[in-house]
Amino acid sequence: MSNRKINMKEKYRLLTRDLEWEYSYRDYKEIFPMEEFEGIKITDWSKWEDPFRLTMDAYWKYQAEKEKKLYAILDAFAQNNGQQNVTDARYVNAIKLFLTGISPGEHQAAMGFGHVGRQLGGVGARVACQMQAIDELRHVQTQIHAMSHYNKFFDGFQDFSHMHDRVWYLSVPKSFFDDARTAGPFEYMVAIGFSFEYVLTNLLFVPFMSGAAYNGDMATVTFGFSAQSDEARHMTLGLEIIKFLLEQHPDNVPIVQRWINKWFWRGTRMLALVAMMMDYMLPNKVMSWKEAWEVYFEEAGGALFKDLARYGIEMPAYAKTAIAEKEHISHQAWSIFYNYGHAAAFHTWMPTEEEMDWLSEKYPDTFDKYYRPRFEKWREMEAAGERFYNPTLPMLCQTCQIPMGFTDMEDPTSTFYRQSEYDGERYNFCSDGCKDIFDYEPEKYVQSWLPVHQIYQGNCGGAEMEEVLGEYYKINLGVDNMDFHGSPDEQRWNAWHNLSSAEDKLKQAS
Amino acid sequence: MTVAAIVPDYVGERRDRVENFHGNQVVYVGWDRHLMFCSPVAFALPPETPFSKLVDEVLVGAFSQHPDFAKIEWDRVQWHLNGKPFAPDRDKNLIEQGVDHKSILRMTTPGLNGIKGSGS
Amino acid sequence: MSKAYIALQDNEESHYIVEAIEEDNPSATVIYQPAMIRIENEGQLIINRETVEEKMGRDWEIQALHVNLITLGGNVDEDDDQFSLTWKQ
Repeated sequence: MSNRKINMKEKYRLLTRDLEWEYSYRDYKEIFPMEEFEGIKITDWSKWEDPFRLTMDAYWKYQAEKEKKLYAILDAFAQNNGQQNVTDARYVNAIKLFLTGISPGEHQAAMGFGHVGRQLGGVGARVACQMQAIDELRHVQTQIHAMSHYNKFFDGFQDFSHMHDRVWYLSVPKSFFDDARTAGPFEYMVAIGFSFEYVLTNLLFVPFMSGAAYNGDMATVTFGFSAQSDEARHMTLGLEIIKFLLEQHPDNVPIVQRWINKWFWRGTRMLALVAMMMDYMLPNKVMSWKEAWEVYFEEAGGALFKDLARYGIEMPAYAKTAIAEKEHISHQAWSIFYNYGHAAAFHTWMPTEEEMDWLSEKYPDTFDKYYRPRFEKWREMEAAGERFYNPTLPMLCQTCQIPMGFTDMEDPTSTFYRQSEYDGERYNFCSDGCKDIFDYEPEKYVQSWLPVHQIYQGNCGGAEMEEVLGEYYKINLGVDNMDFHGSPDEQRWNAWHNLSSAEDKLKQAS
Repeated sequence: MTVAAIVPDYVGERRDRVENFHGNQVVYVGWDRHLMFCSPVAFALPPETPFSKLVDEVLVGAFSQHPDFAKIEWDRVQWHLNGKPFAPDRDKNLIEQGVDHKSILRMTTPGLNGIKGSGS
Repeated sequence: MSKAYIALQDNEESHYIVEAIEEDNPSATVIYQPAMIRIENEGQLIINRETVEEKMGRDWEIQALHVNLITLGGNVDEDDDQFSLTWKQ
């Protein structure tokens, strides 16, 4: 036996080429039945390359190290009563949204990569999918573990997986991943591996997590950065997937472009949630959503698309609209949740005067003009004991499933409406991006499980909102939902810190 | 191609057929430049609902929290039905005048532009 | 030319890596943000194993970068001695 140490490149070659064999007694198409129906043409799987050349031994070694670091910090956070040291209890609501809306998506991604990894004919791609499936499983597990600590002290965490499958706003991320997982294997790779991982996850896991640290939440920043270190590998693979597909056959170019258009748009719609988390739910601010968007989409994404131009790939179709929307979406998303704060499993609130001043400074062209008057009116109503809640269920977009709260970038005070007629029925959309997605594959999106329509069809526990919210969604009414002010979360927080609530202050003043 | 599928002639379930709403149909109403209501709202109503009932009862429940609501001069309201100008007849019901399942009614209230004219 | 970039968790080990990057990429910009360090450079960013080992005073494998890595931008190339991020446009 030789003692020669084999190098990284050779180890990777042995893993991803030598493990493959010739299929002699079964037809290739029988083994990989999903490789052709999307129209993608693969001529030579051996051209697949993982630039990290990660082999299983190195993978386990470094993932184990990441885990040890992560759990050391989670333990320290719990032992130190870290939950008492976050900036204020409003912040924890961002973490509730994370656990109910984002962590289940990690699980969906794990299932997706497990499936796709079986369907691709190239062994290099299969190994990459296997590692990514394990990564995603690690993410969902570490996230649940980290946030379970908050579950001991705050409301709204208890039924996250039940809620993910039922609650109206959680149908947005759920349907996003359902859409990707029910697509073919190559579309899934472009959707999650490229469009989501490369172009969009940075916006979630980098500036938001840095913000978590800045708000004293060492548990969240640590699982976030630990997850994102895997994402850095996924991003790199995502870029390789795209290059591989584009180099395999020129016929792949228009298909890949269409998928990029679609998944960029679906991703930006879903990120409206993250936009409001950054601008409204982090009491200490690191950067605005708009600034994060400029660094991680316009600059980093811009560099990426400049690089891909040599293959004939262009910026995603509605990138211009998305860029214009950076001035608006966090405010519009927060307005949606403020309207329906009685139907959400986390608390909402109006920003303080100081926070509104920060928003004015960060959004000089839009905040004072379009949003501040609305927010001041809502604050006034709250002070008068008439906190505003929208009494009627919202109209949802057929594709992204978000309430139709986005406006026309040419006229930001006008709701953006689009409609298609298909097979004798009307379908409504929040944007051209969402309408295009439907129009291309209507047979898929006629099946959208739109929470508002499901309630009206009587499929969500009953006709009364208490039945829907309390029994079907399992929201603890009067505890998990409604405004932060007056919530049990606020009361507990104030008791820990000997603070008086706004209500107490009012009583003392009078 | 209506969907990329591994089986030919793939057909999806139409989940929101009017038959599924137990005698109702869905009607959306948006009040232009009043984004205090973050999005248009959705009602499940019998197709035979008179337009007068929509205006006098249903919309009151939905929009009356807004200070502009009491100032609406209803005979001056401009309506759009599915993007086209629409002159509703108060005495006719929804379906008689083309307000069918998953239709969008938009109302513009001249002179009323939301909180401090901000479109909210 | 687009900026290649890397972000590392702000911790003791990363400080040596950042020192090495600064030495090997004199035109790079280092930006400190809460809990993270972002380093960017026009066109290319290089990490050499030898330089990092010199700063740390011990052996260090290129793949150990994964432990402190948060994110990156650029086409990746990696072997036993060097890790690089490149944009050609």
